[in-house]
Amino acid sequence: MTERRLPPVTEIGMLSLALIVAGGIYLSAHIPGDVPLAPAVILLVLSAALLVGNLVALSRVRGFPWRRFAEVARWALLAYAITAGMIEYVFLRNDLSGGPLVVLTLSLVVYAVHVPMLIGFTVARYDEPEVWNAA
Amino acid sequence: MAEVAAIGTTVPPGPAPAELERPDFEIVPRKGLVLVAVVFALLIAAIAANKLWPLEFFHVAFGGAWTVIDLFLGLVLGPIMASMPPPARVAFTIRLMPKMLLIMPTVVTVTLAAGWQLGHYLGTIDSSHPNHGWTVASYIVVGVMAIIALGLLEPANVAVLVELKKRRPNPAVIERLMKRFIYSAGIIGIMQIATLVIMTKLASG
Repeated sequence: MTERRLPPVTEIGMLSLALIVAGGIYLSAHIPGDVPLAPAVILLVLSAALLVGNLVALSRVRGFPWRRFAEVARWALLAYAITAGMIEYVFLRNDLSGGPLVVLTLSLVVYAVHVPMLIGFTVARYDEPEVWNAA
Repeated sequence: MAEVAAIGTTVPPGPAPAELERPDFEIVPRKGLVLVAVVFALLIAAIAANKLWPLEFFHVAFGGAWTVIDLFLGLVLGPIMASMPPPARVAFTIRLMPKMLLIMPTVVTVTLAAGWQLGHYLGTIDSSHPNHGWTVASYIVVGVMAIIALGLLEPANVAVLVELKKRRPNPAVIERLMKRFIYSAGIIGIMQIATLVIMTKLASG
């Protein structure tokens, strides 16, 4: 049985997405009233830390097929940047401003980076196993 | 961290992957991208105009499509695909998945963007709205569905297409990814029932 050792990129990615979703729901649920930003900021920081941790963990995997990863992730990045841009447009259209806008925008950045990373990872992990498995 | 929190990904043993008969296909149908661009342009116009009918149209039509596709894929098509012989499943997958790759992100983005603007227009996203609790419930349901779709379903969708594009695709990998896709779609399909309950309640006032 062929076995490849990989960090739990998908699981961490989903946890990171769950944190920004929770932050987004928290802020959205209080619109248009004033809302303490601290919980949303904490969730965002944790989510971003998981994103960075995921990238670092993956970068330490020896022989990982980065070429395949980049090939897929860059197009996914373009697609998810467009969808994030659409959602950002709606926020701006509705005069969202200040702290909530900053937190939601940064949450969209985490989303637009982490999802393409998960897509690139899922594709690359099955790429020519006989080549990079031996690395 | 790779050494600390490693997981094992197993690919079943056996002889070299058999050749699967499959037609040539585009992972992302280029003609479909034009249609997606047109839809996004119309969505931007609808949001900029901030009129009830176009916003309602985009939210209801695309939201309905999202719900029905998830329900149908998860609860009807998924089990059928699971029972198909592998060559038939591959043939079906090659025709279905590239379309899903364009349809689902478009449908979801349009529904959410138009929905947020519609909620702003109607006041349902306002925390003082009498049915605000239902609106927040819809955020939670959509949030959970988004995490499953973005973390599991969409990557599996892309990965299965890339695998099928290879000169010698591995049937075990396709099997594993399709299983992940179908189970994710099934869970999302069940959650869409909650969306139907919430949205009809909100629309009824």
